[in-house]
Amino acid sequence: MEHLLEMRNLSIDLSRGKRRRPVKLVEGIDLNIDKKQNFGVVGESGCGKSITCSSIMGLLSFPLSVGRGSVIRFQRSDGSETDLLKLSKKELQKLRGKDISMIFQEPMTALDPMYTIEDQIVESLRFHTDMNKAQMHEAALDMLKKVKIPRPEQILTDYPHHLSGGMLQRVMIAIALINNPRLLIADEPTTALDVTIQAQILDLMNELREIYDTSVIMITHDLGVIAETCEQVAVLYAGQVVEEAGVDEIFHNTAHPYTVGLLRSVTSLGGAQKELYAIRGTVPTAGNFSAGCRFADRCEHCMSICREQAPKLVEVSHGHKCRCWLHTGITREEAAQ
Amino acid sequence: MSEHSVLLEVQNLKTYFPIRGGLMRKAVGYVHAVEDVSFTIREQETFGLVGESGCGKSTTGRTILRLIEPTGGQILFQGSDLCALGQEAMRRRRRDMQLVFQDPYASLNPRMTVRRLLEEPLLTHFSLSPKELEEQVLWMSAAVGLAPEQLERYPHQFSGGQRQRISIARALICKPKFVVADEPVSALDVSIQSQILNLLMSLQKELKLSYLFISHDLNVVRHISNRVGIMYLGRIVEQGETEEVYRHPAHPYTQALLSAIPKRDPAEEKVRIHLDGDVPNPADPPKGCPFHDRCPRCMEVCRQTLPADRQVSPGHFAACHLLAP
Amino acid sequence: MRHLLQTIRDLWKDPMGRVGIIGVLLLILLAVIAPLAAPYDPEQMVAMPKLAPCAEHWFGTDNYGRDIFSRILYGARVSLEVGIIAVGIGATAGYVLGLVAGYFEGPVDRVIMCVMDILFAFPSILLAIFISAVLGRGIGPTMVAIGIVNIPVFARTVRAAVISAKGLEYVSNARSVGVRTGAILIRHISPNVVAPFTVQATLALSSAILTEASMSFLGLGIQPPDPSWGSMLSEARSYMEQAPWTALFPILFIVVTILLFNILGDSLRDVLDPKLKT
Repeated sequence: MEHLLEMRNLSIDLSRGKRRRPVKLVEGIDLNIDKKQNFGVVGESGCGKSITCSSIMGLLSFPLSVGRGSVIRFQRSDGSETDLLKLSKKELQKLRGKDISMIFQEPMTALDPMYTIEDQIVESLRFHTDMNKAQMHEAALDMLKKVKIPRPEQILTDYPHHLSGGMLQRVMIAIALINNPRLLIADEPTTALDVTIQAQILDLMNELREIYDTSVIMITHDLGVIAETCEQVAVLYAGQVVEEAGVDEIFHNTAHPYTVGLLRSVTSLGGAQKELYAIRGTVPTAGNFSAGCRFADRCEHCMSICREQAPKLVEVSHGHKCRCWLHTGITREEAAQ
Repeated sequence: MSEHSVLLEVQNLKTYFPIRGGLMRKAVGYVHAVEDVSFTIREQETFGLVGESGCGKSTTGRTILRLIEPTGGQILFQGSDLCALGQEAMRRRRRDMQLVFQDPYASLNPRMTVRRLLEEPLLTHFSLSPKELEEQVLWMSAAVGLAPEQLERYPHQFSGGQRQRISIARALICKPKFVVADEPVSALDVSIQSQILNLLMSLQKELKLSYLFISHDLNVVRHISNRVGIMYLGRIVEQGETEEVYRHPAHPYTQALLSAIPKRDPAEEKVRIHLDGDVPNPADPPKGCPFHDRCPRCMEVCRQTLPADRQVSPGHFAACHLLAP
Repeated sequence: MRHLLQTIRDLWKDPMGRVGIIGVLLLILLAVIAPLAAPYDPEQMVAMPKLAPCAEHWFGTDNYGRDIFSRILYGARVSLEVGIIAVGIGATAGYVLGLVAGYFEGPVDRVIMCVMDILFAFPSILLAIFISAVLGRGIGPTMVAIGIVNIPVFARTVRAAVISAKGLEYVSNARSVGVRTGAILIRHISPNVVAPFTVQATLALSSAILTEASMSFLGLGIQPPDPSWGSMLSEARSYMEQAPWTALFPILFIVVTILLFNILGDSLRDVLDPKLKT
């Protein structure tokens, strides 16, 4: 296997009770994450980006479940290959925090208020390694220095409520990286933080990449964060990947009208008081997707075929995939047949 | 914009929150949420207030509307001091000054239909016939892009963007002159943010509104504001015409803040000014310049004395010792 | 009105709620039709004293030869009447005090809640006994006494609900729009108080019935020959060994009634909790 992680045909079902059929929140996701790659997953709320990545960790719980036919192949540190979806709970637990770890949007709620920072860092060492107490203390201290926390000795004895949001996010990163995982999933790690703190955390994550061999999946709604940190980007809309390419390609040769819309709205504009480009309408909710392209109702370039037939994700140029009839290379006449 | 007259003038506004303790719940200290804030807003102008969380920007907005009572200073609205008004007089005055809330989920009463939500402000401030009432409600809902058949629905039946439209309609239905928009797009998705910002701008023209636009998003503020104030630890450290402040930031905090905006393009080269540490506790603000312990260019004088506002260019002020002649 | 119907519908969906509704309705029905359903006059001697349950006297007779079944039916009237009126007094006074304390806070709040805390500190039965000692015996004073005992719980419940409702963003919104204080209280705050208030009322009803029974048992509440489950139990005390049925049936009815109201209250709490709603 050439990639660190291969996601094939992933779908996630939302159960709606016995009487009704489950709704597919996410459908047909194929992603490849390379070693040492920073992979961005971008989309608006409800597009399925968070649950897609939670499924890697086996963190979905009722009413969510991974649909049939989904495969997530992962290459372990010893070179062996496993389908993460077939692992038992115990095997997953061994994997979590060691081979794959995760940081969350709200560091305040992700840490246990009853334990000191040291307890929480050491916990994952205790579970995954056979270090003694002194070694674990050293490792924790060393890790805090790596994430550039001032006065690390003192911080180790503090409780989460003593620290600010930015500091807690550094602690979260320390916990996530302490076992030198092969994959780090960062779910909106800077959304809850102020812009100056966000800049600190993003820079820190970029620096740590140089030290560790970790691949990062960066889940975010902010294209600015993508531009700052990622090499490869997948854009999700209504539970599907609509575009995937290298970061420069996405920003400069944007293919999908939705990505174009995102790039042209607020964050990309400077000039004052002019009317902003806005994508009309709202995101369709799961279960109400149209038979054709899911973006059709909001698209400026909508054609008749877009409403009738769902486009496939096809390669439009080398390494650049897009799910749009405008880029399938077929004419309207051909499409009509 | 200078041809318009001044609508709102805030002078040395202070809002302190007591920290209570002990058996008798006496104030044992004060959080200096808003500290000596002064600015003016002209008619049909948008004044942007930017800052990080906890800097006092929302408290400033709510104090101006007297939803929080000011500790000191003056709020002159059309020349008369709002602080001098009694409760009932202030309540009546609210017809002309409204607030749009950040969270369109929490700020609408879930038990009221859209129609009732829109009728309530009208019934509070005017005595209208049922026909006039209906006309006003239909006019306003059309202005924000709501269909008449949606009026009988409840807020939870709408998406975030649509709820924010309802919120805006409720705030504007009495045709106020001044609106405080407190992070009106922060809770919304990117593609919806632009819709709401466009709506706010078009309604501003149509209804000749003035906005105090509060946001932590520097890009959004740059887009919508004519003038802007940068807040840090309860004070406005820099203010001026938006483009002037964004292009030539004079205060080290503004410079750091602007450099922290994520780049818009992976190819963009950006020099980032790093700020160490966190914002100090507003209950115990540092002596001297409030920014001195994080400032990369801190001098001895900064630790001792509070810098006064200095004019950088016409209409552009910053409070920093570096600007001293 | 629509909310009320919806609440009842939701309650009916919950099995425990259904038990509560049916049980309480049955109880009310018994109390209402007591004069028609009771086979004998509850205050007249109709047979031999201490007659064991038989075909003519289903629950037997007491030491005066009065029919226990008839007395139980009339006793249900007394219990429910005392319960409802006492809770009505407590709930109304508590609601007003809680609303005032919660909305205005500051010194008004502190004075009201201080008095409530003092009342709350006494065991309810002791307080009820004390109050009825001042007011005198009989059904009226008993209701007032139990009502007063119930004020603090209601005041607290309402105050807590008002304070949390006041912090809601849409209440600030109403203030910023300029809505009058009265209208804010009625339109925006009160609906948030209804749920905890209703639950509290149901639960208080069962405790009021219990308090009445206890007071009557101690000879302070309802006075003989008026039938009340508590006073029946009190009278039966001396004959418990010879005629256990004289005590058994009042006990059974007290327990079942309280259980039914508690079940209804718990189920109502689940139904009205907005956090559990989707």
